[in-house]
Amino acid sequence: MNQIAQDVVSQESGFSLAELMIVAASEAWRGDGEVLASGIGVVPRLGASLAKMTHAPLLLMTDSETFLVETPVPLGPRGDFKPAYSGYMSFDRVFECVWGGKRHAMIGPTQIDRYGQTNLSVVGDYARPKAAMLGVRGLPGNSINHANSFFVPNHSPRVFVKGEVDMVSGVGYQPARWPKGANAAFVDLRRIVTNLCVMDFEGKNRACRVRSLHPGVSFDEVQAATGFELEIGDDCAVTAAPTQAQLELIRWLDPHNLRATVIKNNPPGVRGA
Amino acid sequence: MTAADVVSRLRSGMTIGIGGWGPRRKPMALIREVLRSDLKDLTIVAYGGPEVGMLCAAGKVRKLVYGFVTMDAIPLEPYFRKAREAGEIEVVEYDEGMFEWGLRAAGMRMSFLPTRCGLATDVLARNPALKTIASPYDDGEVYVAMPALKLDAALLHVNEADCLGNTLITSADPLFDHLFARAATECYVSTERLQTRFALDAASARQNYFERYLVTGVVHSPFGAHPTYSNPDYGWDLSHLKRYNASANEEDGWRDYVSEFIAGTEADYLRKVGGEEHIRTLPLPVF
Repeated sequence: MNQIAQDVVSQESGFSLAELMIVAASEAWRGDGEVLASGIGVVPRLGASLAKMTHAPLLLMTDSETFLVETPVPLGPRGDFKPAYSGYMSFDRVFECVWGGKRHAMIGPTQIDRYGQTNLSVVGDYARPKAAMLGVRGLPGNSINHANSFFVPNHSPRVFVKGEVDMVSGVGYQPARWPKGANAAFVDLRRIVTNLCVMDFEGKNRACRVRSLHPGVSFDEVQAATGFELEIGDDCAVTAAPTQAQLELIRWLDPHNLRATVIKNNPPGVRGA
Repeated sequence: MTAADVVSRLRSGMTIGIGGWGPRRKPMALIREVLRSDLKDLTIVAYGGPEVGMLCAAGKVRKLVYGFVTMDAIPLEPYFRKAREAGEIEVVEYDEGMFEWGLRAAGMRMSFLPTRCGLATDVLARNPALKTIASPYDDGEVYVAMPALKLDAALLHVNEADCLGNTLITSADPLFDHLFARAATECYVSTERLQTRFALDAASARQNYFERYLVTGVVHSPFGAHPTYSNPDYGWDLSHLKRYNASANEEDGWRDYVSEFIAGTEADYLRKVGGEEHIRTLPLPVF
């Protein structure tokens, strides 16, 4: 264990908020079987890796480049670790996988709305945007073809917007957006893991619903940080803390402690701890 | 041929596809030659990286057809952002897979190919020219009719080529370069290594992804993908990309970047970015 990782463990709560979110993210893939797990970004990738190493061993994963691996690849410079490849997954094969539906991706969109529609393109007016981001990337195809979850490191009304997102990049459960005759049957929005809670779209009429609150966070606080009305699940729980075994796997998967950089000041997993 | 020969065969107003993906195996030596030229009013079709930002900064782009523009480690391409936010360029924004489908349609001489990608998103709303089509079979499902992305010219960078136009991509991922080659009327390839005639074994011959009849001309451009990476030969030059990125926040930043790096010859460029020895030792990025 390196020094920074030791520092994190020595926090009073015993785990950081990022580590809590990694475990929550890993739960998104529970029960998925043989699908390609694509976690884009530090927490989603560690979540997918942790899922594969614990409860979802059949997941397909890549080395975050071109090859499939059965042992998830630790993040960052690899030292002595040499990935063992089990297959090949070039970009064109990823697209083929997307269209066939055998994938569950977790990405971090810039905006999400009450319908689960996501935006990665521009904020503001389309012709002269306030902020130009990446472009729609693969969101239109991903969202209409396979399971998707989302990661939001800074839960706020700027991300969870009132009304609809500025440029619908990923589709959601907004009937008015669907042309007559289009097939919405493959749309499958699973979890949203944020720095405050875990949500899903299993509320009434696909409403966004809080399914667990992170330790020390109230529903009112989550609602205040969200631009649309949320539901709360009857069985809403406190987000499960990482076990020692999970923390050890996370440390192995992230030897350079990149997870400490995801949330400002790397706060502890238990609020106020 | 030389990069200047390639550019002399391009015309203002053309639709030009650029191979590679984000900061990966972009034909930057050819792009730099375009930047040195009088070409303008271009329609650029790309899985965009720094080449798109540079062409925007230089005022070469009238219209951009893209699914994204990024340099990965530096997610937001600064000059693309500037041009996009100022409304200086016309944009046609596609899903990455729709984009592939458009190239495939062009290569197959089809006017369109059907796909679900893009339905129920603003990709359709923002591109009123895009149409949907119903399946003629009993299911009647409605799809996007993704139009062919026909290119006047494609610019690609490969690891090896011969004088006949045979090419090898030894990178782990061939990306979609073969589709750009097929979609284009003329295809110009820059290459790390050039041989007179290939004499390959079966294993290396499999790294030939498109036929030489698609290749109009080959330019020998060692390190021609710099500052993007061309694995397995060299990694990206992150310090140079940071320098380029920072220039966007400086007054006259683009003009200074051009005068320092672009205005001279390609040999000058290679020397100014640290020379071949430096580029050869740039580590491949680890993800």
